Amino acid sequence: MSTKTATTESIRALIRPEVFPSTMCPGCGHGILMGAILRAVDELGLDVSRMLFVSGIGCAGWIPSPHFAADTLHTTHGRPVAFATGAALFNPDLNVVVIGGDGDIAAIGGNHLIHAARRNLDMTVICANNQIYGMTGGQVTPTTDIGTITATTPQGNEEPPFDLCKLVEGAGASFVARWSVYHIRPLIRTLKEALLHKGFAFVEVLSPCPTQWGRRNQLADPVALLERYKTLCVPKDRAAKMSAEELAGKVVVGRFK
Amino acid sequence: MPEIVINRDWCKGCYICVSVCPRHVLEIDQQSFDHGFHPVVAARPGDCTVCRQCELLCPDLAIAVSGDEARSAAGAEPAGAPVAGPSPRPLPQGWTTVPSPLPPGPHFMQGDEACAEGAIAAGCNFYAGYPITPASEIMERICARFAELPGKRVFAQMEDEIASIASCIGAAWTGAKAMTATSGPGISLMLENLGYAIITETPLVIVDVQRAGPSTGQATRPGQGDYMQVRWGAHGDYEIIALSPWSVAEMYTETIRAFNLAERFRVPVILLADEGVGHLRENLTIPPEVRVFNRIGPTDREPPFGGKPVPPMPVFGEGHRLLVTGSTHDAWGYRRTSSAKAQAELTERLCTKITDSLDEIVASETYLCEDERLDMLLVSFGFTARSALGAARMAREDGHRVGLFRPRTVWPFPSQALRDVAARSERVLVAEMNRGQMLREVQRVIPDARGFGKTDGEVIAPDEIWAVMKEWLR
Repeated sequence: MSTKTATTESIRALIRPEVFPSTMCPGCGHGILMGAILRAVDELGLDVSRMLFVSGIGCAGWIPSPHFAADTLHTTHGRPVAFATGAALFNPDLNVVVIGGDGDIAAIGGNHLIHAARRNLDMTVICANNQIYGMTGGQVTPTTDIGTITATTPQGNEEPPFDLCKLVEGAGASFVARWSVYHIRPLIRTLKEALLHKGFAFVEVLSPCPTQWGRRNQLADPVALLERYKTLCVPKDRAAKMSAEELAGKVVVGRFK
Repeated sequence: MPEIVINRDWCKGCYICVSVCPRHVLEIDQQSFDHGFHPVVAARPGDCTVCRQCELLCPDLAIAVSGDEARSAAGAEPAGAPVAGPSPRPLPQGWTTVPSPLPPGPHFMQGDEACAEGAIAAGCNFYAGYPITPASEIMERICARFAELPGKRVFAQMEDEIASIASCIGAAWTGAKAMTATSGPGISLMLENLGYAIITETPLVIVDVQRAGPSTGQATRPGQGDYMQVRWGAHGDYEIIALSPWSVAEMYTETIRAFNLAERFRVPVILLADEGVGHLRENLTIPPEVRVFNRIGPTDREPPFGGKPVPPMPVFGEGHRLLVTGSTHDAWGYRRTSSAKAQAELTERLCTKITDSLDEIVASETYLCEDERLDMLLVSFGFTARSALGAARMAREDGHRVGLFRPRTVWPFPSQALRDVAARSERVLVAEMNRGQMLREVQRVIPDARGFGKTDGEVIAPDEIWAVMKEWLR
């Protein structure tokens, strides 16, 4: 793998500067993820003209479109994996990357996600998981934790969330990993591995939403929300040595497959 | 000394950078208040170790740290310079004549199979579908034929109809001539992405082998109840092209025409068949050659979503850095979701590129209409038009001057052609396997037209139409 270190200067060739500042809220984790994806592409030296970024509807759908100076397909809500399937099958030379939120990928698009994983299609799916519908005003999603206050769970969410990594691994994905945007260096390293992986690569990225998630849950400060991942997340190796009680309420991060 | 550049125009003041710097190099400048927040300043750049944690965690790409490490990296070959790569797109562009893939001459075939063969003759090289009666034979034929034909062809059985049309659109933008086939329930599922194909101007053929509905209805029985669904089912304002074959031969030729219109106008085209025609078996004659239209690509830096009524269509992987979006967009694909002008111009062009070219799109046939005056004109489409022609012949044997008008293009409706023929007729009667859907369209031209609709899951027989005609002719 390339040893290049991408910089804000070097990734400038991969964006459309005229659309910045981005439309994301101050402190939005999706912006950090955007930078991480661009740095991964840059450090690998990939030819972006042979890449296709597919996204759906929601805040995460805007990570590549229009920010990336590459071919982008901004699709209907929940369907980016299905659109990407057609492109990946017809032109296997394209490096197809799907970027979507938890609502897009896991709720309305959950069916496409598991089937693409089952087929082990050659694409990378990056799920920016902020556990909330940001663009529509902060409603509960299938990845929202129990107890979280959202616009549609004012008394706290009562439904258990998906473990997306287990879901996708069970469906047949050949590359499964999870990090938060706080774990920026392992995240970039994992994204690079995923982009080079032949087969279905799934990377779940925990991403803070100060505006819709944070404001409702007494964590509106972007810094506090980001640093929360420091204690919330437990690397896989360390988690293996922890008891079930110690792991309660924690999120295991790392590469699972 | 490391240089820390903060792009104040991109910064939004989240202060993540300030908090993550282990050496406290960055500070919030409480003295200034530009852009609605206190800006971040590099107060102690000499303490910077170029760990670049601030740069990596900035959500706005607003910090650039350059030190020794960064400088050496900047010397590397810049990634992502746009280099046009070879991409599979249909060639040659525009009209061309190609040999028929099937041996020329008579073939005995099922309607659904003829549709699959027509698609292949037109250059279809991507098919995605989901099983549904009475359209599954199209998918099965395509699957078998793709496997034995030369050239790049992709067949995919998807998890549902939503994914089927979605992957067709994805493939179309990758250079494919794509098709999916389904029946009414599948069309219902596809409608959102049909709208997506319309606004993104994606060439695509969608076959609807209609069955009796609503809902699951009678899966194996014929119906024509999707006439309005395919016209108005997606939300928003648009025009759509829908063709109606009435024979096995037309399942072949109209599928080819559907592909040509899709490529010519960069639109999804509906082949509105029905169970009667889809499961019919009869002869068709395959000609030695097929006239095929392949989409026009950009010659230089031409906008993919404006500038011309039908803009040239680039393809992913050719280095165009395309922005394709289902949101309202400008000529280059940039989202313009608050611009009244962009919304008005886009919807206007999506409609007028069809309505300004009716001569190329609209087709209809007349039968037994040679008389100067007609006692009655029958109007019918698809399988029902066969019975209507039989009924017209019965009427002729009984001494009545009765003819048939049959739209081959059902959307846009051939209003002018109908008006011309109907002007010579005392009466106009519409026969269809629904409760008067096309009748409404006919009545926009001939207000006192009457309808005979049947929704019992059976085809309409000639003598049933003749019985209704006799009542009115009496």
